[in-house]
Amino acid sequence: MDEASEKRISLIINRQRVGAGEGMTILEAAQAAGIYIPTLCADPDLKPYGACHMCVVEVEGRGALLTACTTPVAEGMVVHTETAAVNRLRRAILELLIADCPADILAPSEPPTELQKVAHYLGVTKTHLRKATQVLPIDTSNPFFEFDRNKCILCARCVRACDELIGIRAIELAYRGQYTRVATFGDGLLMDSTCQSCGECVTHCPTGALSHKNVELPEREVATICPYCGVGCGVYLGIRNERVVSVRGDRNNPSSRGQLCVKGRYGIDEFIHHPERLTTPLIRRKGQLSQATWDEALDLVATRLASYHQDEIGIISSAKCTNEDNYVVQKFARVALGTNNIDCCARLCHAPTVAGLTQSLGSGAMTNSIGEIANARCILAIGTNTTSNHPVISFKIKQAVNQGAKLIVANPRRIHLCHYADLYLRLKPGTDVALLMGMMRVIVNQGWLDTAFIEEHTENFAAFRRSLASFDLDTVEKITGVAGEKIAEAARIYATHKPSTILYAMGITQHSHGTDNVMAIANLAMVTGNIGKPSTGINPLRGQNNVQGAGDVGVMPDAYPGYQSVTDPEVRQKFEAAWGTPLPAKPGLTLIDMFIAGRQQKLKAMYLVGENPALSEPNLKCARGVLSNLDFLVVQDIFLSETARLADVVLPAASFAEQDGTFTNTERRVQRVRQAIAPIGDSRPDWWITCQLGQRMGKHGFDFECPAQIMDEITQLVPIYGGISYQRLEGGSLQWPCPTPEHPGTPILHTPQFIRGKGRFTPLEYKPPAELPDSNYPLILTTGRSLYQWHTGTVSRKVAGLNIFRQEALVDIHPDDAQTLGIGDGEMVRIISRRGEVVARTNVNDASPVGTVFMTFHYAESPTNILTNPAFDPVSRIPEFKVCAVRIERK
Amino acid sequence: MSAAPWKAKVDDIITQQGRVKEVLLPCLGAIQEVSGYIPQPAISYLQECLDVPSVDIYGVITFYGMLTTKQQGKYVIRLCNSLPCHLNKSENILRVVERKLGIKAGETSPDGKFTLETVACLGLCDKAPAMMINDKSYGNLTEATTQEILAELNG
Repeated sequence: MDEASEKRISLIINRQRVGAGEGMTILEAAQAAGIYIPTLCADPDLKPYGACHMCVVEVEGRGALLTACTTPVAEGMVVHTETAAVNRLRRAILELLIADCPADILAPSEPPTELQKVAHYLGVTKTHLRKATQVLPIDTSNPFFEFDRNKCILCARCVRACDELIGIRAIELAYRGQYTRVATFGDGLLMDSTCQSCGECVTHCPTGALSHKNVELPEREVATICPYCGVGCGVYLGIRNERVVSVRGDRNNPSSRGQLCVKGRYGIDEFIHHPERLTTPLIRRKGQLSQATWDEALDLVATRLASYHQDEIGIISSAKCTNEDNYVVQKFARVALGTNNIDCCARLCHAPTVAGLTQSLGSGAMTNSIGEIANARCILAIGTNTTSNHPVISFKIKQAVNQGAKLIVANPRRIHLCHYADLYLRLKPGTDVALLMGMMRVIVNQGWLDTAFIEEHTENFAAFRRSLASFDLDTVEKITGVAGEKIAEAARIYATHKPSTILYAMGITQHSHGTDNVMAIANLAMVTGNIGKPSTGINPLRGQNNVQGAGDVGVMPDAYPGYQSVTDPEVRQKFEAAWGTPLPAKPGLTLIDMFIAGRQQKLKAMYLVGENPALSEPNLKCARGVLSNLDFLVVQDIFLSETARLADVVLPAASFAEQDGTFTNTERRVQRVRQAIAPIGDSRPDWWITCQLGQRMGKHGFDFECPAQIMDEITQLVPIYGGISYQRLEGGSLQWPCPTPEHPGTPILHTPQFIRGKGRFTPLEYKPPAELPDSNYPLILTTGRSLYQWHTGTVSRKVAGLNIFRQEALVDIHPDDAQTLGIGDGEMVRIISRRGEVVARTNVNDASPVGTVFMTFHYAESPTNILTNPAFDPVSRIPEFKVCAVRIERK
Repeated sequence: MSAAPWKAKVDDIITQQGRVKEVLLPCLGAIQEVSGYIPQPAISYLQECLDVPSVDIYGVITFYGMLTTKQQGKYVIRLCNSLPCHLNKSENILRVVERKLGIKAGETSPDGKFTLETVACLGLCDKAPAMMINDKSYGNLTEATTQEILAELNG
């Protein structure tokens, strides 16, 4: 809210005149004026609760003592926070609160608990009351934190955090009177509850009843960015003796506001210091990978790579690495190897987003910001399992729902988010275009369209409108399996609850018509004018921590850094001038086409940076064959991944915690990654390794001394990064486009007009998935991810606690299908497609619809991508991971 | 599969009073009355209908002594242990009942005849110590009158 326009109230606290905003509580006013009032149940992140009564104060003219945390200020109020009566009462309350706690609850601990601080302030050292005899067992079931209810004072901050902030609602106050306690449903163990182990409750507990199991206090902390998903949560890594010993959320980070998920809070330190980290270069000698010096390895790679024709080499960079790393790798490909054969895993996740949104709007990125989600009045979450894959964004969705926003979930699987949805559309896999076009036909027919916006800001509406003709609700119902009235209702909610925002992820993109799906979403936002304004927009949730950045800095076969086309002569000249060398004019091979070229033995060598295609490619058998048959394979990684095992040379890279740089998160926010510890063993930052290769090949422009220098070069060549510098980033992150040093960054794209000038409507037709079930392969397999693992598991499976939640691959199958097949829950089965078979354990539940089974792709023992279909979207070359036909047999 | 008997009651209440959180307690009361306890499927049904998390429903059930998630005996004995009853020696009454029935508070006799519970305040403070057996209340209990009441039920 605008401070100046707020009504100011004047009151007196402890004889000091204090100003406060209307609606503030006495506690907030006192805190703002620097006056301390002891509190236990009050929490700046949570609504006032007034349970512990520790904050009682005297207000003149009001008889009873009042709780400062729930009493609003009033004009002329006279408050005393430190009278004898107040303090006597506070001491008595504290003694009552801890009467049932263990005797040592106030014994000094490091760091002190909030309870100990309050007791110290009040001069309370013990309780004079008789301790009750009730002793409750400690819940140690969760791998990351434990719950000792004997230390609980029932302030309910854990309960409220789980509800108000996270929206999981795993715990609640149960029972009554002296038996009241924080309980899960059925009063069982946390591990058996709906708890998702984010640990938010632990950070709010004032007594240590909820505590992290791993408690080693850091000597210092370094602010950096979580390396898991594209949300880009701010974290403080705690360092002690050159080890990362703790992780806590950064409350000042605008994307995450201090919140973290289970992977971010508990899944980082263990992988950084895992004994399997690569610590020296490895060279294959007599068939075995054996230790080598950096000079040996770098010289060998430089010599060998120089010996291939530019069309014979493919380079895959990593969406997990920093912008600076990625910039250097693409520059190395283009300058040192003379090829545009450079790509990254974005090809497998959001290539259709970049292609589709660039065509429709002019920019392929999330149009709005994460923080705006909480203020939307309607959220359409389509093809995103947000609670698993972007947990901290899912918290914002649930906060919006708590504030009355309408949530529409469209997903073939009954995902966790459905619990919060006003409307759930269970469409058949791969029928998104039909669903969205059906909704738009209703919107147009009902007159819910934003005619003024369409006329002023868009083009090609008439042709698009004609293409709606074939999407009457009967037809759409037949295609999608969703009842016509539900589709009409979704259209009504989306069109009439503005601002409406659309969130989507790989359920939209990973199809052989992924680009059509994306353009259908663009059409929907434009037809209702839900774009270019706060809390609206088209918001592709990017997967990897820096997948947005990798594309931004030119890890694309058809674009230089800043999405500048390699086929545009003017652009090419600019880069040739900057890099001092002629550059190839033809677009390079996509990641997918590299493997096709490899199969045809046209591609002979590959340089892979932090990428694990031996698990992530579709039709894995074929992809692994290509990797094994390459003449020369170099893999740069932090672990010996399934792909690295096939390499001729392995180069050990430093992790995110061991280097400086920047990540660009899903909302285009460029954030500083800061070195917290020295590289493990003899590992080195990726940018350093690649620069060394460039130098050893005798190329110029690879003599960077630090990542800041690399960023300086990026900003000179990439207009959308033009105003970004490390110096500015010290003062806070910046959202691109940020063209000049004075530019504040851009939270909302396409305002006041579309980046491409006019938004372009695209007429669309429905195309079914490439492979549909038949009598031999009667089931659809769709793939995805689990909250507790990450992608091919290279990192997350190094974390023992995460493995406890999901140790092995499961195949989710509907009870009806299981019955038809005579298969029980927990049974080992073979899942067979036209391309191969894998073995996994069944998980019989109704999350998947009848006829569709679901697997994650985290597990090397059950490599799901053996099964998937390499049918590609013709525009963006993404494979159809989301639909292939399989059958299931008993093992 | 025939619908559980509680479902019609719940549907009635929701039809009359609306799909709002406030009907949770009347619904739970109705389910308890019809089924004698609150079965898991009923909680799931309420969660779905009223959009209240199951753990919240559990919190409400455990708060009220009249609601329970466990199947109960034919006679449910609710003995008050709040302050006025406690001062009037309700603990002695509890020991009599426990001895006589051979079960402890919170348990149901193996023959399914009796369930014994201690509860917080039945609102019968003027007749402390007090207890209820099903819908009937008994006050000013002594060890002797308690023995008699139980003997009658056992007869």
